Amino acid sequence: MNVIVCVKQIPDPALPGELDPSTNTLKRDGKLILDESDSYGVEMALQLVTAAGGGEVSLVSMAPNDETSGLRTALAMGAAKAVLVSDPSLAGADALTTAKVLGAATKQLGDADLIIAGTESSDGYTGTVPEQLAEVLGLPSITFAKTVEITDGTLKVDRQTEAGYDEVTCSLPAVVSVTAGVVEPRYPSFKGIMAAKSKPVETVTAAALGVESVSWAQQIVSVEDAPEREAGEVIEDDGESFNKIVEFLDNLKVI
Amino acid sequence: MGIDNIWVFGQLAGGEATTGTLELLTKARELGGTVSAFVGGDAASAASALGDHGATKVYATGDLGGALPGVAVAAAMQAVIDGGDTPDLIMFPQSYEGRDVMSRLSVKLDRTVLTNSTSVTVDGDSVTVQTPIFGGTKLVNSTFTGDKPFLAAFRPKSFAAEGGAGAAGEVVAAPVPELGATGGANVTAVHVEETSGPKLDEAAVVVAGGRGLGESEKFDMIESLAKQLKGAPGASRAIVDAGWVPYSYQVGQTGKVVKPTVYIAAGISGATQHMVGMKGSKNIIAINKDKEAPIFGVADLGIVGDVHKVLPQLLEALASRG
Repeated sequence: MNVIVCVKQIPDPALPGELDPSTNTLKRDGKLILDESDSYGVEMALQLVTAAGGGEVSLVSMAPNDETSGLRTALAMGAAKAVLVSDPSLAGADALTTAKVLGAATKQLGDADLIIAGTESSDGYTGTVPEQLAEVLGLPSITFAKTVEITDGTLKVDRQTEAGYDEVTCSLPAVVSVTAGVVEPRYPSFKGIMAAKSKPVETVTAAALGVESVSWAQQIVSVEDAPEREAGEVIEDDGESFNKIVEFLDNLKVI
Repeated sequence: MGIDNIWVFGQLAGGEATTGTLELLTKARELGGTVSAFVGGDAASAASALGDHGATKVYATGDLGGALPGVAVAAAMQAVIDGGDTPDLIMFPQSYEGRDVMSRLSVKLDRTVLTNSTSVTVDGDSVTVQTPIFGGTKLVNSTFTGDKPFLAAFRPKSFAAEGGAGAAGEVVAAPVPELGATGGANVTAVHVEETSGPKLDEAAVVVAGGRGLGESEKFDMIESLAKQLKGAPGASRAIVDAGWVPYSYQVGQTGKVVKPTVYIAAGISGATQHMVGMKGSKNIIAINKDKEAPIFGVADLGIVGDVHKVLPQLLEALASRG
């Protein structure tokens, strides 16, 4: 059972985001960390490989500046190896290009039974890459998985829907996108962190993977400030502030 | 020339068109030209609402027989496009199905996608969409630079749904071609999580709880207050991820977008993820212990206090009013 997990390394979401003034794309030149949304996929992959009794978890990632610190986190959790596509020409790439590049990197890693991704990244949140990747690879896919199980070579997923969830079965190989909360991601152990330092990370360019035309048909025209919502009255609770709420609701005639 | 032929991915729920679909049809109609809806499933009972909101033609795949809509509808769309009806713009609701269909079609047609948009403008041959980023504090205007059709997805409630366009759309069969290996996923059972009271994204009052409630049992206070105000309970991503309440309660970037008359945020700090889903509320009341919480920046009435004290008092005061 071999599983490939697509992981994104993103600027720390705890820090305020910044746009590059010349390109209007998100600044990614600082330290990048493993997107928390992807830690669920890494954990799910590790659990599936353990349940299958053998195999390994590999990672694919794309970053403009050779950044590997996010990958090392996933390797410390237990993934065996990684392919990083790092290429300045990919800075600001759209989701379609990303899917093509990840597809090529996936093929480079060889046969996988399952490919896992998060539903959307925490910084760009286009939310289309997993399904685009499936189409690039010519594979079936199940998005928004909240449970993932493999029994007798068949994938079984509870898939989140607007109204509840669907039970979905699928042949393998396949692409699955997992929601946050699907599993509890493990913390890397000290041993895991030490071992991760020597695990193989192959850095390649888009051209080396055979992805030729690296261009995308969208352009940011301008960025403007959104109209600000004015803050209203803020009061410290003195034991009677609930009356203020009652009054407020009363004025709006909702009670 | 121009944007004369617009398609809208028509999403169905229980055989009827979703509100998100009708919103997009209304906007497409305003942009002008021919508007068609493209439905995954049987369009018989949805055709009149789709037509009334602007779709003169309704392409329908017919029963999908348990196939997930993403790859099936995208393949059916490609077949119609290959057959000669070439749209200039295809609009998708930013929903699970909308995203999946758009993603598959994007690769099949080799077209870029712009997602999470909240408005669209057309100028001659050019289409520009606006997308809020950084929790809605900045707006990014992006345009398509390649060949048509342009593919764009819009957040719920970006446009108002207005009927009155006319008769039922003409239903045209758009069968799903053979999908090969990509068609390997099948739905074997459907589960609907029943909720009583108004729907979260339609309620006039939403009462939402977050991590500040401390433990899952305390969410009962949120349910009670929502019931008392004839509203719907909602939740932050943090407590959905923690498993306190189902995902269908989630308000925010990855959950529902709500614009009620009153939004009450209890024990929610106001992560950008959450704010995106509720900033459009007409009135916001926030209760939080931390006076530095970002939620106070958007609240019309902010109470710096303990939800475990304020909520029970509020419930009692409302109950005594009868």
